[in-house]
Amino acid sequence: MTKRPPGRQLVLQGNEAIVEGALAAGCRFFAGYPITPATEISEVMSYRLPAVGGTFIQMEDEIASLGTVIGASLAGVKSMTATSGPGFSLMQENLGFACTAEVPCVIVNVMRGGPSTGLPTRVSQGDVMQARWGTHGDHPIIVLAASTTQDCFTATVRAFNLSEKYRTPVILLADEVVAHTREKICLPRPEEVEVIDRIMPNMPPDWFIPYEDNSRGVPPMSMFGDGYRYHVTGLIHDVRGFPTERRDEITAFLNRIFRKITQHLLDIQQIEEEMTEDAEVLVIAYGSVSRSARRAVREARENGVKAGLIQLVTLWPFPRQAVEPVLRRARVALVPELNMGQMSREVKRISQGATRIETLNRIDGNLITPGEILTRLVRM
Amino acid sequence: MAEVTRLVHKYLRHDKKFPHVWCPGCGNGILLGSLIRAIDSTGLQKDEIVIVSGIGCSGRISVYVDFNTLHTTHGRALTFATGIKLANPGLNVIVIMGDGDATAIGGNHFIHAARRNLDLTAIVVNNNIYGMTGGQYSPTTPYGALAATAPYGNIEHAFSIAELAVTAGAGMVSRGTVFYASMLDELIGKAILKRGFAVVEVVSHCHTQYGRRNRLGGPVEMLRWQKEAAVRIEKAKEMTQEQLRGKFTVGILADRDLPVYTQEYDKVREAARAMALERGKADGKI
Repeated sequence: MTKRPPGRQLVLQGNEAIVEGALAAGCRFFAGYPITPATEISEVMSYRLPAVGGTFIQMEDEIASLGTVIGASLAGVKSMTATSGPGFSLMQENLGFACTAEVPCVIVNVMRGGPSTGLPTRVSQGDVMQARWGTHGDHPIIVLAASTTQDCFTATVRAFNLSEKYRTPVILLADEVVAHTREKICLPRPEEVEVIDRIMPNMPPDWFIPYEDNSRGVPPMSMFGDGYRYHVTGLIHDVRGFPTERRDEITAFLNRIFRKITQHLLDIQQIEEEMTEDAEVLVIAYGSVSRSARRAVREARENGVKAGLIQLVTLWPFPRQAVEPVLRRARVALVPELNMGQMSREVKRISQGATRIETLNRIDGNLITPGEILTRLVRM
Repeated sequence: MAEVTRLVHKYLRHDKKFPHVWCPGCGNGILLGSLIRAIDSTGLQKDEIVIVSGIGCSGRISVYVDFNTLHTTHGRALTFATGIKLANPGLNVIVIMGDGDATAIGGNHFIHAARRNLDLTAIVVNNNIYGMTGGQYSPTTPYGALAATAPYGNIEHAFSIAELAVTAGAGMVSRGTVFYASMLDELIGKAILKRGFAVVEVVSHCHTQYGRRNRLGGPVEMLRWQKEAAVRIEKAKEMTQEQLRGKFTVGILADRDLPVYTQEYDKVREAARAMALERGKADGKI
C-alpha cells in the first residue's frame, strides 16, 4: 500500500487554491470587484472569510478595493485583493502608495488578453511589465508567478510571507489557464505551513521612530490603535513619517526601500529547475506556459536533445543570480511567452550576448502547446 | 487662552516642523480647532482615533495632529478608512476631505460609503475650488464663477454636498461653516458619536484662489458672507423660496437610525459559522 501524503487531497481550480493559500497564510481581509477570470477568488472568499472571523467586502471599483486592503493592513490584518488586467490598471496608483508607505498586502492578477477590455476569457501573460513598472515612479516590487493549482497555493502563502517580511505589496501573477484548470492539489495541514508575520515594535511608544533604518532595511510596523501613534503618507517622508523635501532625507528613504529588496535577493528569488545540469538547450518559462515547456523538455530529452527547463517563480526582482550560471552553460535558450516578449527582453539583458536567446510568442488568447516548443527545441 | 494652549499641547504634534502649509486667514485652521475641541469633548483617547485625509490643502490636517494618522491618495480617503474600520471596528475613524477630493475624484467612493452606512465620520471642507493646485473649478464652484480653468466663467452646476449625502443614505448629515465655529464643534462632536456614516459639510473659504479671482474680498469679507448667507435649518423651514435665494442651510439635515454595516456583517459571520458547523456535523468531523 502506498503511503498517503499528509494533508488533504482535493480537486480544485487555481482560483480556489489561491483562496486556500491566502487563508493558510493568515489572510483575514479581502476586498474586490467582480472581473473575469478572477471572480471565483472573490466568491470563495465571501463564503470562507466570515466563517473564520475574517471580513469580505465587495467595493465599488478596483481603486477602492486596493485602498480598503491597504487600510485593513494598516489596522493589522493580513489583506488581499484579486483582479485581472483592467482592474489591475486601476490599482496602479494605490499600489505605489503601498510601496511608499510600506504596507504589506497581496494583489492577485489573473492575467487575461489585453490591451483594454481585450480578451476577458482568454489566457495571456501580457501584464509582466505592468506588474514591474505599472505604478509611476521608481519603486521596488516583488512579483511571483504560478503555473499549477498546487503552485497557486504555495505561491500565495509565499506572497503573504514576503509581503509581511519586507513590508511591501507582493503581486501574484496567475493567468486564465492556471486559474481555471481543475486538478489535484495536496493541501498541507495548517501546522505544516510556514507563516511569517510582520515584526511589531517592542520599544516604548515614545522611543518609536516608525521609518528608522536598521540592518534589514525593514522597520518594525505598528498597527493603528496599538499605542504607537504615527503618520502614514504617500508623500516622500522622513524617518518619523512626516513629508520632507530635504535632499538627504529623500535619498535615504528611496535608497532604503530599494535596499530592503536588493539585499534580500537570495531569499526572494525562486526558480524551479529540471534537467539543467547538462542542458545545452534551455527553456525559460513561467506561469501556464511552463507546463507546456516541461513536457516539451522531457520529450526533447527522449529525442536525444539535451534540453532543460528553468521555471521562473519569482519574476521580479528578476532572479538573476539563480538564472545566470545555468544560462551561461547553455548554448541557446528559448523564452516562450504569451506576450510579445516581455520577459525574453530581460533574459537577453542578463545574457549580454553570451548565450543566444530565442523567443516564441503567442498573443492569440491560446496557450503555447508542448508541440510548438518541442518543434523549436529540436531545431535549435 | 489657557484652554486653547492646553488643547494645542495635548493634540498637536510638537515634533512636526510647523508652520503649516495654509495661507494666513484660511478656514482649515478654524476647522482644525473645531476638530480638536470636538474630539476633546467626546472623551475618546488618542489611540482610539484614526484621522484619514485625502489630497489637497485640507488633506494636510492629518500631519499636524497626534492621533493615528493616514494621508492617502487623492479621492480615496474613504476607501482606506473603510478598510481600517472593518479590520478594527473599535477604532473611531474620522475622514477629512476637500470638495474636489470627496465629490469629483472620490465621488464614487463618497456615495457608496454613504450607502453602506459604515460607522465613519466624513468631514468635507467645501471652499468651492481646487486651492492647492492653483484655483481650478471644482464640483462645487458656483455657475458663472471664475476659476483658473474657467477664465470665461464656470458653465457647470454645483453639487450640494450635504443633500447628496442624504440621498445616498448616510445615517447623519450636517452642514456648518468655519464662521460659526462653536456650532461646528457641536456638529463634528455629534458626527463622531453617531453610529453610522456621518457627514459634516464644512463651508469654508479660499480667499487666495477663489475670493481674489471673483472679487469677493479677503478672509474677513468671505467669512462675513458665510455669516449672512447661512440660515439655520429650523428657521429655513419657515422661509419662502424667495427669501432663501442665495442662502444655504446649516445644522443637522438628517439624523436617522439605519442598520450599521459592521453590525450587519456580524450577522454574516454568525450565519457563516453556523453553516460551517452544520457542514462539519454532516461530515462527521464534529
